[in-house]
Amino acid sequence: MKIYVPRDAAARALGADAVAQAFAALGHEVIRNGSRGMVWLEPLVEIAQGGVRRAYGAVTPADVAGILAGTVESLGVVEDIPFFARQTRLTFARCGVIDPLDLSDYAAHGGLSGLRRALDLGPEGVVDEVKQSGLRGRGGAGFPTGIKWETVARAAGPQKYIVCNADEGDSGTFADRMIMEGDPFSVIEGMVIAGIAVGATKGFVYIRSEYPDAIDVMTSAVKIARKNNLLGCVLHSSHEFDIEVRVGAGAYVCGEETSLLNSLEGKRGVVRAKPPLPALEGFMGRPTVVNNVISLATIPVIFEKGAAHYAGFGLGRSKGTMPIQIAGNVARGGLFETGFGMPLGELVNDIAGGAATGRPVKAVQVGGPLGAYFAPEKFDTPFAYEEFDGQGGLIGHAGVVVFDDSADMRAMARFAMEFCAVESCGKCTPCRIGAVRGVETIDRIAAGDAGAIPLLVDLCETMKHGSLCALGGFTPYPVMSVLTQFPEEFAGHREAAE
Amino acid sequence: MTNPAPVAAPARLAEIEAIIAAHLWREGPLLPILHDVQAAFGFIPSDAHAPIAAALNISRAELHGVLSFYHDFRDAPAGKHVLKICRAEACQAMGGAAMSQAVLDTLGLDWNQTTRDGRVTVEPVYCLGLCACAPAAMVDGKLKGRATAQTILAELSA
Repeated sequence: MKIYVPRDAAARALGADAVAQAFAALGHEVIRNGSRGMVWLEPLVEIAQGGVRRAYGAVTPADVAGILAGTVESLGVVEDIPFFARQTRLTFARCGVIDPLDLSDYAAHGGLSGLRRALDLGPEGVVDEVKQSGLRGRGGAGFPTGIKWETVARAAGPQKYIVCNADEGDSGTFADRMIMEGDPFSVIEGMVIAGIAVGATKGFVYIRSEYPDAIDVMTSAVKIARKNNLLGCVLHSSHEFDIEVRVGAGAYVCGEETSLLNSLEGKRGVVRAKPPLPALEGFMGRPTVVNNVISLATIPVIFEKGAAHYAGFGLGRSKGTMPIQIAGNVARGGLFETGFGMPLGELVNDIAGGAATGRPVKAVQVGGPLGAYFAPEKFDTPFAYEEFDGQGGLIGHAGVVVFDDSADMRAMARFAMEFCAVESCGKCTPCRIGAVRGVETIDRIAAGDAGAIPLLVDLCETMKHGSLCALGGFTPYPVMSVLTQFPEEFAGHREAAE
Repeated sequence: MTNPAPVAAPARLAEIEAIIAAHLWREGPLLPILHDVQAAFGFIPSDAHAPIAAALNISRAELHGVLSFYHDFRDAPAGKHVLKICRAEACQAMGGAAMSQAVLDTLGLDWNQTTRDGRVTVEPVYCLGLCACAPAAMVDGKLKGRATAQTILAELSA
């Protein structure tokens, strides 16, 4: 019998440590796995016996003796729980299954076979395979990963770098955190393969300081990888690669790649104008691949199973799977990995069970604080890059935040501007000044000045087209989506005032 | 993870020098140095500015620019307990705004303030990655999911 109690930050925030201690106090060894992503059931304990793993959740220390005695009812086999059974787990295949810091467990579940194949393919073959897979940047921009790698591979430079962007600041997203805490070697393996592809020997993982657990696990995983020749002299081949874990300092804008590079260099996290592209002049002015955690963590499975297998999932130009994070006011919140194309409403109502409060869903925000709000009228939109773009939104890092009918949508639009004002790096005027004016203008509208609405629309246009990066450029998305879908909420106070 | 005890100036300088030396091999060592200095003293003491600037060959104005850019770095010690409450959208969807207001009202504070007895500092944080078990908070580095004003205040008085 093996006992699994997650070490994932969400599980710990819901009391997993006390549960693990309760098992230990009764003399049982506990494996601290990652999370299966069914956060509403955390702490989700698994008992492995007779070739199956049975789930119990949400477990409190008081349940532990009963679980061991067999008097507490199980949720059944983990993989049979409908939320889990309906997923296509490629990137997250190992997350929650293995001991995150056991490299042999990682290898026993398909780990390192992708890297071995990449070593055989050689740099050009690796770039081709990534291009064939159709993988696009999972951080939000959706740029083809293979093209980015090819640009860096062709660039000349004395030293090239792989930078893993783990500055996952979008509200409603936690996929990066989960994979770093639950399957850190997949991120490392992805970075090593990227290094082989472009000729880089040094990598950085830039993790936000708000993720202490992820920092701990990644730091330990890097040490273990070095000791076992996953890093250093890569699997005893002619390729060298090493990784340094760096910690952010509480700045949302550092999730933007050029601002992240400045931060890594020890500067203010101010956005750089592009061009030059980081692929040509990135960290320290040298050719640099900057990829999101999920993009890199998906690389190993692409090489393990083949580009065609990966590209076989998805919809149109959105190939493969996306770990969608369902959060906020939702009955079954968590991480749901599926091929692109599932309608938004199916995710929200069918998979996640609607609002936790049992009230009607009023809106969902997709893609973090810079993503548009979607009213239920748009719930037939398939979850994919172009399809969301066509609806005036973006999938971003695939966070879906659910709000019930008590949500004050004008307050949410105001918050979008307020957040932009707090987090603006200050480099460009539309973002730095526009966000402050945006808050003021929404307050004017709230006070009954309907004439300020065209002003707000104009301001949003200016920010959208005039800002240097996505912070100022996309803040208009949530604001405009509220204005167009919930116009009555903007007019409400005026009528009350009259 | 409450704040470290105050350290006298000469011992402090030696420790700062040691921290700088430990990171100088890195490419872009400033943030790792600042994180370690803050971990050692609970804030970035002003007497750390000159040695850091000198070691990295940057001006003190550049250093000030970095220190003031990032929310994490403090120029004075925080309260004995540091409470961070998430203000982001997913937590708002679960009543985070009312919960944080109740905490602030009980403590008699606004955001980024410290109680007069120096016991508690309350800071906003924009996402702890606990969005599926919102609202979320962090008390002295310890994460809390489905936080309520009562559980947070209880944790602070523990």
